[in-house]
Amino acid sequence: MDLSFSAEDLAFQREVRAFVAENYPADIKAHFDAGLEPRKADFVRWQKILFEKGWVAPAWPQQYGGTGWTPTQRYIFQEELGAANTPGIIPFGLSMVGPVIYTFGSEEQKKRFLPGILSSDVWWCQGYSEPGSGSDLASLKTKAVRQGDKYIVNGSKTWTTMAQWADWIFCLVRTDSSVKQQEGISFLLFDMKSPGITVRPIITMDGGHEVNECFFDNVEVPAENLIGQEGQGWTYAKFLLGHERSGIAAVARSKRGIAKLKQIANAELSDGRPLIEDQDYRRKLAELEIDLTALEYTELRTLARESQGKGPGPESSILKIKGTEIQQAITELAVEAAGYYGFAFNHRAMNGSNEPVVGPAATAFAAPAYFNMRKTSIYGGSNEIQKNIIAKMVLGL
Amino acid sequence: MDFNYSDEQKLLIDSVERFIQDDYGFDTRRAILKSDEGFRRDLWQKFGELGWLAVPFAEEDGGLGGTPVETMIIMESFGRGLVVEPYLSTVVLAGGLLRAGGTPAQRETVLPDLMAGGLIVAVGYAEPTSRFNLADVSTTATATGGGYVLKGRKSVVLHGPMADKVIVSARTSGGQRDEAGITLFLVDAGAAGVTRQDYPTVDGLRASELVLDGVAVGADAVVGEVGSGFLLLEKAVDEATAAICAEAVGAMEVLHKATLEYARTRVQFGQPIGRFQVIQHRLVDMYIAYEQAKSLAIMANLKLDAPREERRRAVSAAKVQIGKSARFVGQQAVQLHGGMGMTDELNVGHYFKRLTMIETLFGNTDYHLKRYAA
Repeated sequence: MDLSFSAEDLAFQREVRAFVAENYPADIKAHFDAGLEPRKADFVRWQKILFEKGWVAPAWPQQYGGTGWTPTQRYIFQEELGAANTPGIIPFGLSMVGPVIYTFGSEEQKKRFLPGILSSDVWWCQGYSEPGSGSDLASLKTKAVRQGDKYIVNGSKTWTTMAQWADWIFCLVRTDSSVKQQEGISFLLFDMKSPGITVRPIITMDGGHEVNECFFDNVEVPAENLIGQEGQGWTYAKFLLGHERSGIAAVARSKRGIAKLKQIANAELSDGRPLIEDQDYRRKLAELEIDLTALEYTELRTLARESQGKGPGPESSILKIKGTEIQQAITELAVEAAGYYGFAFNHRAMNGSNEPVVGPAATAFAAPAYFNMRKTSIYGGSNEIQKNIIAKMVLGL
Repeated sequence: MDFNYSDEQKLLIDSVERFIQDDYGFDTRRAILKSDEGFRRDLWQKFGELGWLAVPFAEEDGGLGGTPVETMIIMESFGRGLVVEPYLSTVVLAGGLLRAGGTPAQRETVLPDLMAGGLIVAVGYAEPTSRFNLADVSTTATATGGGYVLKGRKSVVLHGPMADKVIVSARTSGGQRDEAGITLFLVDAGAAGVTRQDYPTVDGLRASELVLDGVAVGADAVVGEVGSGFLLLEKAVDEATAAICAEAVGAMEVLHKATLEYARTRVQFGQPIGRFQVIQHRLVDMYIAYEQAKSLAIMANLKLDAPREERRRAVSAAKVQIGKSARFVGQQAVQLHGGMGMTDELNVGHYFKRLTMIETLFGNTDYHLKRYAA
């Protein structure tokens, strides 16, 4: 057993740190550090910087543009990006549909779609959830009927994250209603500019616009955009969800969150003394930090297993559950630290207007962040579903 | 022991509940939130006509002489309807200060208008660095010939944008966190030297940062006695804390019922999610959290006129329980509603947001745990 990084890993860490320090644009950093609403251009610009360096798809096989890094190097890379508070890699292309395409797609599909994903020139969104099928994904109803060399798609998707910015969508559709639910699903890619698609924003309780409803009214999709075989979509979807779950622990980001909490607690006063000196607050912060350390080492153990060729198993549900609980707890403590100034709804300032925020800048968006983060235990398979997975697959219940 | 309402109290419950049902639907509230004023003046005047604004005031002041139970009834219903009108600030908080400390002249000039719905009063008790300590006051009131000059800043003054008058705490003597030396002043919102920065709050209310830059007031602006404002303020804030505990109980009741109903009807994996034991136990825990909160909210409201120590402990106990219950019920209601719970369109998030602010308002759980244990 050895907890330390090797000399090569440490050299790699220095290399990544130096690259990020030199290449992360100051204006994007300022925007993200201030906790403002994300902008598409920032994500694209940053991903292109990583792409040009050859670092945009560490998880991909080298033949498709991956880095060939070890899992430890990938971990170090994520840690460094998280510590620098770079825009998260938008997962829809790089972490979700990309791996599905290079694993199950045809040669033609690989040639057609992978370059745009790597260069971030094509923005993807995910068409999984439907109004009636949330965690019970297999009950989806959006229909695709084959007519000659195309599919006609009718139905709707919901919680489509950042669909307002998307060029393409990867969609789970029902192509056969006469078989078992899971067996009649297919995986289709299509252009968001196709006639018959309507995107309607869903405003969340924090006032933000991240998710959308998408309506499909006789949308024509060329049959060549079907991934793999008709009726096998569920297999590809499960493969994709496995990928979605890795990295969901968000340890690096939570570490930065805790560092920020400490900053706030040093600045905010309680009875004339810094809040950090308040025993109750201090204890909660310490407990949270220990919880995060436990998660970090759980993730490292998972990673070590992965290095030995054992893929992420159902244990990754632990990372989802604890990762999201910790992210939520951090925002709870930020609201507590903000006190009364957490009440102010700085909505226009959050959207980048020049309006000054009410109260200390560090706590200005504490409450909206808290409201927004409630989503993490719901999306990506709710935490209740993750517990079912552990109960069944790990504990054999 | 008697936890029953009197016949008069039952009539009050019916009257407020009917208003919430008929005139304060979720769509009405949404429109109010979007409006410039952030509240409905006509509804406020209707509250006046219905007598709700006169409830806690003495009969000799033209009020109805109600007890804290009547206030609790109104606030619990307002919690069910997520009412944003300035009842808490004007009637409970400012009203509490004027009832206990208002001069005969102040009571005569202010209360009739206030009770009729023509005058809104907010209270500025917090400052940028005071957190929840009511004694942490650095705003100064310097005695001049016949009055005082106020200088300082009051933060997050709830219902400040719509207030005609504001009662502020200021220091006439003593150090920044001394309980002695604090005086309360009734100030015209439009007085020379008062500037306001108005903003919406995350739970749909309105608030102001209030800068007092050499505001001249007469000696007749003092509420209570010079230098002794702290105890007066503390009692009114305790009353307001008990009132928001009742409001939280109303909001939690709606969330619990809505979540129960959703669990009965939302089908996943071929059955209503309420058939899953994990969901059943969660709903049971929400129900227990709600009942525990309701019990202590009642207890605190019944002890508002007890001796100071007993009152403080009762209020803090209730606020701690409310804080924990509100967080649990709110978070679980969102979680069990899934994605829908995250939307602005469904009312669940709005109740959750109000409960989150109530958890902080007048001192969060940590603050009240400390006050209770002290």
